Amino acid sequence: MKNDIIVAGVGGQGILSIAAAIGLAAVNSNLYIKQSEVHGMSQRGGDVQSHFRISDKPIASDLIPAGKADMIISVEPMEGLRYLPFLAPTGWLVTNVTPFNNIPDYPNIDDILSEIKAVKNHIAIDADAIAKEAGSTKASNIVMLGAASLFLDIPFERIEEGIRQLFGKKGNDVIQLNLKALRLGREFSKKNR
Amino acid sequence: MNNNKLLLLGDEAIAQGAIDGGLSGIYAYPGTPSTEIMEYVQGSKQAAELNIHRQWSTNEKTAMEAAIGMSYAGKRAMVCFKHVGLNVAADAFINASITGINGGLIVVSADDPSMHSSQNEQDSRFYGKFSMIPILEPSNQQEAYDMAYFGFELSEKLNVPVLMRITTRMAHSRAGVQRREVKPQNQLRLPSDPRQFVLLPSIARKNYKKLLVSQSAMELESEKSAYNQLIPGTDKSLGIITTGIAYNYLIENFPNHKCPYPVLKVCQYPIPRKQVTELYNDCEKLLIIEEGYPIVEEMIKGFLNIGKTIHGRLDGTLPRDGELNPNIVAKALGLPVTEGEPMPVVVKNRPPSLCPGCGHRDVYEDLNEAMKEYGTGRVFSDIGCYTLGALPPFNAINSCVDMGASITMAKGAADAGLVPAVAVIGDSTFTHSGMTGLLDAVIENSPITVIISDNSTTGMTGGQHSSATGRIVEICKGIGVHPDHIRVVTPLKKNHEENVKIIKEELAYHGVSVIIPQRECIQTFARRKKAEKKKSNE
Ligand SMILES: Cc1ncc(C[n+]2csc(CCOP(=O)(O)OP(=O)(O)O)c2C)c(N)n1
Ligand code: SF4
Repeated sequence: MKNDIIVAGVGGQGILSIAAAIGLAAVNSNLYIKQSEVHGMSQRGGDVQSHFRISDKPIASDLIPAGKADMIISVEPMEGLRYLPFLAPTGWLVTNVTPFNNIPDYPNIDDILSEIKAVKNHIAIDADAIAKEAGSTKASNIVMLGAASLFLDIPFERIEEGIRQLFGKKGNDVIQLNLKALRLGREFSKKNR
Repeated sequence: MNNNKLLLLGDEAIAQGAIDGGLSGIYAYPGTPSTEIMEYVQGSKQAAELNIHRQWSTNEKTAMEAAIGMSYAGKRAMVCFKHVGLNVAADAFINASITGINGGLIVVSADDPSMHSSQNEQDSRFYGKFSMIPILEPSNQQEAYDMAYFGFELSEKLNVPVLMRITTRMAHSRAGVQRREVKPQNQLRLPSDPRQFVLLPSIARKNYKKLLVSQSAMELESEKSAYNQLIPGTDKSLGIITTGIAYNYLIENFPNHKCPYPVLKVCQYPIPRKQVTELYNDCEKLLIIEEGYPIVEEMIKGFLNIGKTIHGRLDGTLPRDGELNPNIVAKALGLPVTEGEPMPVVVKNRPPSLCPGCGHRDVYEDLNEAMKEYGTGRVFSDIGCYTLGALPPFNAINSCVDMGASITMAKGAADAGLVPAVAVIGDSTFTHSGMTGLLDAVIENSPITVIISDNSTTGMTGGQHSSATGRIVEICKGIGVHPDHIRVVTPLKKNHEENVKIIKEELAYHGVSVIIPQRECIQTFARRKKAEKKKSNE
């Protein structure tokens, strides 16, 4: 079993919480992990990505080879497209559709959406709207994780367990809200895959 | 993966390895990708219980020297910084190999090939060779832990500091790490020779001879080291030498990670002569894969290049610059390279930028307005979040060279006749190495205007404590800036006109003036409020 995932977004959008939740789920499943993160300069509103590798065998490279990623999880629509050179022909692009516009030449959203639709396997999800439905737009990253969970070779219960661990200190309300966000994201993927 | 393993960044693995290996004090100045080593120790309950020293230093040189002091007193010390930090610490670092050590001393220098967050991609291994000490370069997080854990003993055995060299991907990638038994700290114990650390020429000459003699012992350590492995292969048309994490990019390209060629995996230096010779004799030609400068490649190739063919970064088999990845290595091996779809043209660059609401933004709006009458090309700046003022919409600064250079470059330009010249520097950068340059300017009363944009934190690296906080005005007075020309302002929209007026006044003054816009970094502010709230809830 092997899942090579690129998590993409903009510095400050908190993509590392997605990575952390998958990390906990993978550790709890006794899998090997390598997760390369971005710290430093680009965290100031630049494009950021994390290479996340899970396997039942030891993993060599911290970086995913181009054309080999099984999935791109992007919390921002343009950012997911940036990493298409990494995506395997059979891989999934799971992306939020809400733009994060902090540059003067941000493209027309319709052009971005049509590029997303041109990817054979894609899930385009309004994570912010679904997160609101779950109780807080803050949970949009967890909605994304839920949408992506359908394509991960980790049992869903393990991911739920990861969420409980990740938000454990913040009290039961926060845990329940995020579990709801996770499930709604997963439901969306089931209906729209 | 074993469940009792910890999931750690390479940086964190080094920190935990050092703590478990008997560390008494860690000294560091923040810098990507090294920052998380100190931050991990600061957050560690174990380190607090063991009373390990774990405060940031004012710069890399003070960090290095304090660590030498702790080693002098017999205890184990670690120093951490980014690669360019080693330039700042170099004087102390090089001489520490001449003094030798008492308590074990590990120096961690984190290189940044591809310059993700740096102004160059210098390779710290040159410094290790320069000061003639062993270098440890982990290829995975477990090795990072082990090298820190056992590194103190290696240092004590060889009586020299040990350099640990990591690169960005090692520093900022997580994997499972198995801990070892916690070792006790050393007792306070003076050096047996009271003059060991006195580098008077007569003593230094003796010490240096000892260092030269111990080179063969270091080589022997490398040949015996478990970190250096000669892995047999059946196809001897090529022999491969990898250093550090380059090994991972190599084996990633083969099913079950089995490379058909013989491979020498080097993670401890000096490079092991015995194994290199064996590989060279055994194979038709060599390929050297290094994350960083082609150091090993140059050594083996030699100036005359009259032996077997050596491929690597120098002959274009691998790119001369930038970090490696599995695809680059596949190309070098002539293996098929996978590629996904190209990036759609609709995707635009997204460079980093100052946070919305950041005080530096107001500083640049004020400064740009005040500079209008003098024209562009006069603003020397420095390294920090405020360097982003070089980009649109501000286009406000004309230099960023090394920490502290804004003030001294402005002085040099003013000496040349560029008057007024302006320096823009951050608070942490000012105490790091701006203060001494300000003294130069004060001594000559140079016509420069220094803007110390004080956000009460070391922002760029994630908001560490700044040695400057609450001290800048007094420091400037102490250095001798006339109190009338030390102006504290608040960089807010509503103060724009007032601030422009003040900057204009100081630009017109023919002497040293310091303007200190003071407003806390909004990220640090938010974190502080969150922590305070958490505390009051407990
Ligand atoms: C010699 C050296 N050490 C460390 C760094 C890493 N570094 C870059 S910017 C910076 C912090 C600057 O802090 P400050 O001057 O307060 O500016 P701010 O980022 O807060 O605006 C550091 C530590 C470096 N580039 N060079
Ligand atoms: S981190 Fe702080 S200093 Fe840096 S850009 Fe953001 S607000 Fe400004």
